[in-house]
Amino acid sequence: MTAQSDQPGPSEDVLLRISDVRKYFPIRSGSLFRRDAGSVRAVDGVSLEVRRGETLGLVGETGCGKSTLARCITRLYDLTSGSVVFDGQDISTLNAREMRPVRSNVQMIFQDPYGSLNPRRRVGSIIGDPFAIHGTASGADRKRQVQELMELVGLNPEHYNRFPAEFSGGQRQRIGVARALALRPKLIVCDEPVSALDVSIQAQVINLLADLQREFNLTYIFIAHDLSVVRHVSDRVAVMYLGKVVELSAADDLYEHPRHPYTGALLSAVPIADPDLSDSRERIILVGDVPSPTNPPSGCRFHPRCPKARHRCVEDDPALEPQFVDPADHTAACHFPVADGEDLAAARPQLAAADRADDAVDPDLSVLHGSES
Amino acid sequence: MMQPPIETELLSSELPDIEAPHGALPEAVVQGRSPYQLAWLRLRRDRVAMVSAGTIIFVILLALLAPLIAHLTGHGVNEQFHHIGETPDGAPKGPNHIFWLGTDDQGRDLLVRAAYGARVSLLAGLIASAVAVVVGTVVGLSAGYLGRAIDTVLSRIMDIVLSLPYLLFAIALVAIVGPSLKIAIAVIAFFSWASVARIVRGQVLTLREREFVEAARSLGASSRRIMFVDVLPNVLAQIVVLASLLIPSAIVFEATLSFLGLGVPPPTPSWGNMISGSENYYEAWWFLLVPSLLLLITTLAFNLFGDAVRDAFDPRGEMLGNRGKE
Repeated sequence: MTAQSDQPGPSEDVLLRISDVRKYFPIRSGSLFRRDAGSVRAVDGVSLEVRRGETLGLVGETGCGKSTLARCITRLYDLTSGSVVFDGQDISTLNAREMRPVRSNVQMIFQDPYGSLNPRRRVGSIIGDPFAIHGTASGADRKRQVQELMELVGLNPEHYNRFPAEFSGGQRQRIGVARALALRPKLIVCDEPVSALDVSIQAQVINLLADLQREFNLTYIFIAHDLSVVRHVSDRVAVMYLGKVVELSAADDLYEHPRHPYTGALLSAVPIADPDLSDSRERIILVGDVPSPTNPPSGCRFHPRCPKARHRCVEDDPALEPQFVDPADHTAACHFPVADGEDLAAARPQLAAADRADDAVDPDLSVLHGSES
Repeated sequence: MMQPPIETELLSSELPDIEAPHGALPEAVVQGRSPYQLAWLRLRRDRVAMVSAGTIIFVILLALLAPLIAHLTGHGVNEQFHHIGETPDGAPKGPNHIFWLGTDDQGRDLLVRAAYGARVSLLAGLIASAVAVVVGTVVGLSAGYLGRAIDTVLSRIMDIVLSLPYLLFAIALVAIVGPSLKIAIAVIAFFSWASVARIVRGQVLTLREREFVEAARSLGASSRRIMFVDVLPNVLAQIVVLASLLIPSAIVFEATLSFLGLGVPPPTPSWGNMISGSENYYEAWWFLLVPSLLLLITTLAFNLFGDAVRDAFDPRGEMLGNRGKE
């Protein structure tokens, strides 16, 4: 999780490239004669590259499609469209059998350390699952390997025969890490791996992940909604809003020069340990909830909540591109990006009445978010 | 797999285990027990469960030792004692020192016949429930986990089976193929699996959304492996409870069929056809009482034991297996 000293070229050593990935969940109504009643656009055209050995942070509010994107990458979900190229191989159209060899290279750590471990099975057989499924080790050999893994992630190998219920949340997450690590994958997608843990335990698990990354040259996609955690672990960070990436940058650059108003608002919500500094800071309070992904707003999806919204934002969906004098790897999708030192809290949207009416036209939105529009 | 975890406890204190919540506590307190071990311990403490288990064992012994009883009394199961076993006008004789539980209308020893009848009842009950549980579990797992078209087809089949009038069906079937124990068992199993399948399906529907199933899929596990390795252990407790409650109903089912002449064909004794034979002999109370009482205590013991198993698996006292909601 250290910043890479030698910056690889943009196309060089890309482990994972996802292009225009979309995942729509159909909404069906009627029990006997099913008919489609629209779809939830959980992920709506995301393109990202993940370089070998780096950690890509993925942040955003609840419901912005982070976890869905993670499940598209690990092919727990079938894509609606788009492609996922892992290590030079397009895995987006592989069937279950063709995916199996890929699965040993792409693993996942889940958010809920209580839900992600089978309560009726012993820890040894849970961690041994990858070996059993891929037939790489059995019997005493498997047990030895599982116990090595347990030791590696800081668990007592003697607890081989215990049930998940006998472990604390942090220990359970270590079990999840051990399971993900068993097949020595190249990429691990961490879906909010520390969100369910105490803060003190969070640090231990994050440090464990960092150690393992160094030791095994792992590549992480690290999903979280806690920005301070993401900053600590990530080389680069992608900010998602309503199924789209709105800003993508090297971690420090993003935190120092946020360009998208949404990033700015997210960052202003990060607690600061220093009370004096905390008081002097303006918090940007976003109004309302994330709009329904069933029928997202026109143009820039953030415009109904954006303090800098203009008429153009309603009509025109901004592309993800470098703003001002930012380096080429710092891109933001915004028509009116935030300049350094600009006071976002003072900004007021300048939308014509017609623009606001546009939002209200949508029957779904006017029902769900009637008070906002 | 099943090593005792005692040494484990001693070693864990020596290793630097940051998160161990029991650093200073005496290590012997923590002991790895599976949910099944816990349920067994609770069951052991349940007096009703132990009494009914004793009754069940008694009936099983009765069935197993039926040939021994026949040998000791010297009375064959279908042997008719017209002189000593019947009153001069051909009625059954009450309990006496030769026939401990009396005789039936043909002068046969009721004790020996009841013991052989226990074989039929238990055989039918256990085999039919075993078949029903296995079929029901596999169907329920498939319907619940695989979903979509498979679920629709299997669920409709369950609906059809559950809505069939079983007695009419049994009568019609026997009319075609003739009565036998095999047919009786087949009929019982056929009409019992669907309720098991329905309950298992319901459980699987909630389990398949759990993250550990997703984790197994992300490891590349096949659907079959997920169904039987990951999902099945989580419904096993409910299945055990279901099975223990299915056995008595299968025994009663078999008795009903035999009573109606659709089960075991005479002269082979079964509690059902023994009750049926006693119909015309109201004054011979033992003739009716022996098979009826055995049927009653057997089903009661199985039912109470099933309830106790259910309670043992659920410390919160909630209903497992959704009985009563259906």
